[in-house]
Amino acid sequence: MRYLPHTDEEIAEMLQAVEADSLEDLFTQIPEECCCRVRLNLPEALTEWELNAHMDRLAGRTASAGTCKNYMGAGSYEHFIPAVIPHLLSRGEFVTSYTPYQPEMSQGTLQGIYEYQTLTARLLGMEVANASMYDGASALAEALLMACRITRKNRVAVSRTVHPHYRRVAATYFGPTEYTLEEFDFGKDGRSAPNAFSSGKDLAAVAVQSPNFFGCIEDLGAWADAAHAAGALFVAAFTEPLAYGLLKSPGSLGADIACGEGQSLGIPQSFGGPGLGMFASRMEFVRSMPGRLVGKTTDLDGKRGFVLTLSTREQHIRREKATSNICTNNSLCALCAAMYMAVLGNTGFKDLAKLNLDKSAYLRDRLAEKGFSPAFSAPTFNEFTVKADPDFETRRRALMEKGIVAGMPLAPHYPALSNHYVFCVTETKTQDDLDALVSEVTS
Amino acid sequence: MTKSIGTTGLVLNEPLLWEKGRMGRTGFSLPRTDVPSAAIDDALAGDGPDFPDLSEVDVVRHYTRLSQWNFSVDAGMYPLGSCTMKYNPKTHERQAGLPGFAGAHPLFPETLCQGILELMYDLERHLAEITGMDAVSLQPAAGAQGEFSGMLLIHAYHRRNGNPRSKILVPDTAHGTNPASATLCGYKSVAVKSGAKGILTPERVGELMDEETAGIMLTNPNTLGLFENHVKAIAEIVHDKGGLVYCDGANMNALMGIVDMAAIGIDVLHLNLHKTFSTPHGGGGPGSGPICVRRHLEPFLPVPRIVKTGDAFGLSEDFPESVGKLHAFFGNVGVMIKAYSYILSMGPDHLKKASQLAVLNANYVKERLKGVFHLPFDAPCMHECVFTDKFQAARKVTTLDMVKRLMDYGFHPPTVYFPLVVSGAIMIEPTETESKENLDRFVEAMTAIAGEARENPEVLKSAPTRCKVKRLDEVTAARRPCLIG
Repeated sequence: MRYLPHTDEEIAEMLQAVEADSLEDLFTQIPEECCCRVRLNLPEALTEWELNAHMDRLAGRTASAGTCKNYMGAGSYEHFIPAVIPHLLSRGEFVTSYTPYQPEMSQGTLQGIYEYQTLTARLLGMEVANASMYDGASALAEALLMACRITRKNRVAVSRTVHPHYRRVAATYFGPTEYTLEEFDFGKDGRSAPNAFSSGKDLAAVAVQSPNFFGCIEDLGAWADAAHAAGALFVAAFTEPLAYGLLKSPGSLGADIACGEGQSLGIPQSFGGPGLGMFASRMEFVRSMPGRLVGKTTDLDGKRGFVLTLSTREQHIRREKATSNICTNNSLCALCAAMYMAVLGNTGFKDLAKLNLDKSAYLRDRLAEKGFSPAFSAPTFNEFTVKADPDFETRRRALMEKGIVAGMPLAPHYPALSNHYVFCVTETKTQDDLDALVSEVTS
Repeated sequence: MTKSIGTTGLVLNEPLLWEKGRMGRTGFSLPRTDVPSAAIDDALAGDGPDFPDLSEVDVVRHYTRLSQWNFSVDAGMYPLGSCTMKYNPKTHERQAGLPGFAGAHPLFPETLCQGILELMYDLERHLAEITGMDAVSLQPAAGAQGEFSGMLLIHAYHRRNGNPRSKILVPDTAHGTNPASATLCGYKSVAVKSGAKGILTPERVGELMDEETAGIMLTNPNTLGLFENHVKAIAEIVHDKGGLVYCDGANMNALMGIVDMAAIGIDVLHLNLHKTFSTPHGGGGPGSGPICVRRHLEPFLPVPRIVKTGDAFGLSEDFPESVGKLHAFFGNVGVMIKAYSYILSMGPDHLKKASQLAVLNANYVKERLKGVFHLPFDAPCMHECVFTDKFQAARKVTTLDMVKRLMDYGFHPPTVYFPLVVSGAIMIEPTETESKENLDRFVEAMTAIAGEARENPEVLKSAPTRCKVKRLDEVTAARRPCLIG
């Protein structure tokens, strides 16, 4: 086996050195009643070439951007990934290193993550960002828990326009705690309804997502004011960070914590993971933050260097009193996002965001001309919701057979929104694609 | 000694991203604008993020230089205890990068995703077989989320039985994530002191276990690299009081094909695919932390679950007692693909052999360094061994000094100052993918360092000298945090 370097002679020499007669003999300290395995019932080992064939078969039985025209986003977005990113990201020095516990030997990861934290903070308009969480959903759950710790209050209010899966994950995290999580409704314009949450002295946080699950851009400034007026923190969530290439940042609009999914930033969709939990807050809350933080410092010669810092918040120091149990995060995905932000730069990021807006607006307008009227009046970015005729679902299913995924139905998550579909258009679709889609859905 | 692999070399400086670049450069091929411009409300529009403008070659040089400041498994031996830094096979990157997998949307209808669902279904079955457990959820995104999931299952189980209970036993050798995960689930951790031989004793567990205690979170082999010999008796004590046994499977690399975790009384355990199953650590993630359970905990597993009906694979939410969702979608699928590839490449015999060789390597290092460093628990070890700096303390040389010096010799340091029950711990996990000559070089380097500690301790105090930077001021970093530039 090519991953096991030992020759029989070496095994014999080593066994002699440890005074064991055989490899089995190494396990004699385990009581016999615990060592009861017969041979594992697993498929016999494949050669590299057999594995390739097997995996090609499985991958070939999975629809993907290459085989399918997909107009569904909902937390996982198809964007072009410049070749330079997978190339740089595949360097073994990044891929096969551990969490940078020994900074002198890990400056590449550390500077890379420091840069990620900085670019993330700049994108979101926040004062500090951590080194990453698992995904947007767990980032939101941890943000809400953090708000409860900071305010010492025990109730959070989450808008129903937040991604339904994120709300479910947050509910899982809140399940065994003494905190309560409430949801509040949205208005006719597709945005969270002002004053729909119940204020009160026990309110720790109000959470709103923008652009929200319907694609609508929320009035984050007004929500920050409303949350603060209620004595609560304002948590701004997102699933599509590219939007902040165009929109005012959550931080500039008063968010105390901004968190969400960073998959859009150069990370493959990979059937939903690994993605990137982005997490940022105001500096005054940094000691309540979950997750790792990289800080700048100097070495003995006064040279600039980077270390993991403020680790007294973390589980390996504080154990049961830690701000979170997170240890391994999604560091390589964070590095990927930093590379993506660096490749695009300010100009590219803005231009790409604008292109997403333009293409999405084009499809929205063409569909509207054909009777798929926008369901909500609020402004949108690269996703929008339409109300279709009841017979559209049949058409949509038929299109799937042709490799076209024409939007995502909202009804499974919002029973009142039957015949409502969210469409997503990114830079990956051409005008021809969009015209073809319009003629397919209306033919 | 053999010529050291640690040497000096030309390392290039590289500024921060925003210290380079010029406005107007770009590294991105903007897709063609083929639709009319759409208006955006001025009240919504911002100035765009303050990112530097860089060319493609700027970015390539930047990250190439940064990468060269990192040590990695691809560069050399990385014996971090409890982290299982084994070789990460390169074919895995091919498999996870296949367009069918990398480009799959998680909300595609099941009929369009039969390939990836089949892979996940089979991976669950293979992990169940390897651990001896009955059912698996792949959803937890890392080991700590697996622990949290396990705690949620235990909580749900007890709640169904009328009382979720309030405490959980956690041995003093446990990883810090264990008590932190228990807290997240509302449980108060009760520390269990290890016995004189470095393992738990049934007596001590018996004294602490009661009907307000939800169970025990143990790690087997434990973080001293020792098999918990009394695990069956301990499990009986816990079960007799209605409790459940959680096993942190971070150290499963010692036991594949050797110990059946269900047979030794474990009710739920998590695996770290980024340890035992050779998926790369990526400088700190992404990982994957599946949980494996016995039949009585299966109803509580996270949803959606992958189900097979005839030849078709599907996703089912129809598990009313489930603890819910832990991930926006199904977990870190890209990592699962690599672990699945590993299991298929190894097959049943090489997986077992991997565990045997991991244990052989650790015992070999232990025997060769015994006498050079203090070995607090002199017993046959499993996949890792723990030394201390006690012999070197007389010269005021610490564990930290010695492992910093190890960098100059071209090795990544072991895990240090953990487990907490051993003062000045040096925890070495070579893994099975290191050859005998690599281990011999490591032993030579450690022995040379012990010699330096006796004869020239100053060399150790100023180490490392061959890395990009010297020792860093961590105190100032924490006191006056500078977290963004």
